[in-house]
Amino acid sequence: MGRPRTILMAFALALSLAACGSYGGPDPVATGDTGGSPSEEAPAFPVTVGGTNGSVTIERQPERIVSLSPTATEDLFAIGAGDQVIAVDDQSDFPAVAPTTELSGFEPNVEAIAGYEPDLVVFATEPGDLGASLEALGITALQLDAAPTLAVAFDQIEQLGLATGHAPEAETLVADLQAAVDELVAGADPSSGLSFYFELDDTFYSVTSKTFVGQLFELLGLRNIADAAGKGSGGYPQLSAEYIIEADPDLIFLADTECCGQTPETVAERPGWDGIAAVADGGVVPLDEDVAQRWGPRVVDLLEEIAAAAEAAGANAA
Amino acid sequence: MSVRTALRGSRSRAYVVGVAVLIAAILAGLLVGPVRIGAANVFRWLLTFGQTPSGMSEQEALILAELRLPRVIVAGLVGASLAASGAAYQAVFRNPLADPYLLGAAAGAGLGATIAVAYGPTGAIDVTVPVAAFVGALVGVGLAYGLGRSNVGGRGATSLVLAGVAVASFLTAVQTFLQQQRSQTLRQVYTWILGRLGTTGWDDVWLALPSVVLAVTTLWVVRRLLDVIEVGDVEAQSLGLNVTRLRLVVVLAASLATAAAVAVAGLIGFVGIIVPHTVRLLVGGSYRSVLPLSVLFGASFLIVVDLLARTVVAPAEIPIGVITALVGAPFFVVVLRRNRRAA
Repeated sequence: MGRPRTILMAFALALSLAACGSYGGPDPVATGDTGGSPSEEAPAFPVTVGGTNGSVTIERQPERIVSLSPTATEDLFAIGAGDQVIAVDDQSDFPAVAPTTELSGFEPNVEAIAGYEPDLVVFATEPGDLGASLEALGITALQLDAAPTLAVAFDQIEQLGLATGHAPEAETLVADLQAAVDELVAGADPSSGLSFYFELDDTFYSVTSKTFVGQLFELLGLRNIADAAGKGSGGYPQLSAEYIIEADPDLIFLADTECCGQTPETVAERPGWDGIAAVADGGVVPLDEDVAQRWGPRVVDLLEEIAAAAEAAGANAA
Repeated sequence: MSVRTALRGSRSRAYVVGVAVLIAAILAGLLVGPVRIGAANVFRWLLTFGQTPSGMSEQEALILAELRLPRVIVAGLVGASLAASGAAYQAVFRNPLADPYLLGAAAGAGLGATIAVAYGPTGAIDVTVPVAAFVGALVGVGLAYGLGRSNVGGRGATSLVLAGVAVASFLTAVQTFLQQQRSQTLRQVYTWILGRLGTTGWDDVWLALPSVVLAVTTLWVVRRLLDVIEVGDVEAQSLGLNVTRLRLVVVLAASLATAAAVAVAGLIGFVGIIVPHTVRLLVGGSYRSVLPLSVLFGASFLIVVDLLARTVVAPAEIPIGVITALVGAPFFVVVLRRNRRAA
């Protein structure tokens, strides 16, 4: 009984190793800016880092990281830990050099993950008991779930820095990001009184200022029309079309360009929407859906885009 | 109580009540919404067939004409379709639990919509999803009917229902599989399945209207025969009724109506069960009156439920399927208990 199974498992393992070999890690030429330069002093291990799943102790510097979270993938490459990442999930599409695989972060297959023989698995949401299942196989698992605030998002970058032996790079990155945020916030006009509608999908789901994305707009002093509908919605209310028309927002941000094929043109074609200030004055801004749904380093790009749109709309109104 | 005596009094009086309730529901649907529009202005707008009265803003007129009116009409069409199909299915399958989705219409529509969302052109989802759902629903019922009927042995109703269960499970499995392959489409399929009248426009009215009118008229015409078939296949046959052909006509008509409803509104549960049963409690079991009254009350019911969906947490919305189930499930228990006591 035991023998055939062992052979089978060895076979499966060989197959999955072959599969991961074909991805072969990042292209050495392209990684010049993402694969890290080793830190001055050798990073000290073991370290204990804080994740959504509590304290996680990492014995040695990880060499075979699997990331099941697109945000964590972006974080890892941004702090120079890209060379240590051997596989990322099917939704991790940034940066382009990330070794995208068929692994799913939504429906994780523990066996498939274990097949990569990772020494660290980073994931965001936890369907079932992913963390516990991996621990049972002796694989260190770090959960970094959706960040509720910018501070938490930046802390996750620093935790990943610690976990991978790139703490100094992570600190530098966070300092840079924070400086960029501060500069954008300082440049915003809090008295503009501009209102906006953030569209998650074409059935008018939106976000309130209590959500991660909503807070970015709040930082820039923009007024969220969805806040009036936020009660009891968990931060993601579905708005009535007639309410949106009446609220007459100055800006509309589309986070449904990919999922639902929405563009400024399709928005203008909706019945009754052509009278909305944002539609009439060119204030409909298509966003990169991925950036708007993640909480990685590119959040600053998103903030920049929002600030630019607000500035244009403010100049329009003046 | 008074409604009940009024309805029992005579059939014509029941129709009067039904029509009055429908008119009241339509007016309420037009008058109430997250945006406050003066009642006098709404009436003036209605009486002049959409001329904007002096006291009404351009925006209010747009909200009435482009959002509320089509939404009320679609809610009415969908409610009437689901209630009539439910009543008809309950007769031909002699099963009080039969609902419009019994023969795989829902699963087929879900699969069609998922294929359209996952593999269709992204720009044209407004058009492709309803059409794909419509086709899917008809394919689902067609499969169930074809498979169930080929299993001839005189037990037509039962084998049809069983084939429906098998087809529905199979199509749902295919849909779930496709959805997993394309997990980025998950959210869109999900919001669609929960029911959506929030984005209803005139396109949806024109998409649903022909099928609904054709199907409901057909069911209305054959309503007397439903009483006969409900007694039993053998008895109906001995009375000279072509049971197989009647069942085919009813299944076709009810599926057409259901497909149209699913296409424009997603899956809305319980309407097809609650409404016919309520009507039966009020006027008795003959389909001569159960079917027409189900049409009237089904339309009114869904217009009112949609009104709740867009006003209770205004300016947010609640998916309509959530409210019908929230009201429908407890109601259903009451109907069940009454039936048990009567038996």
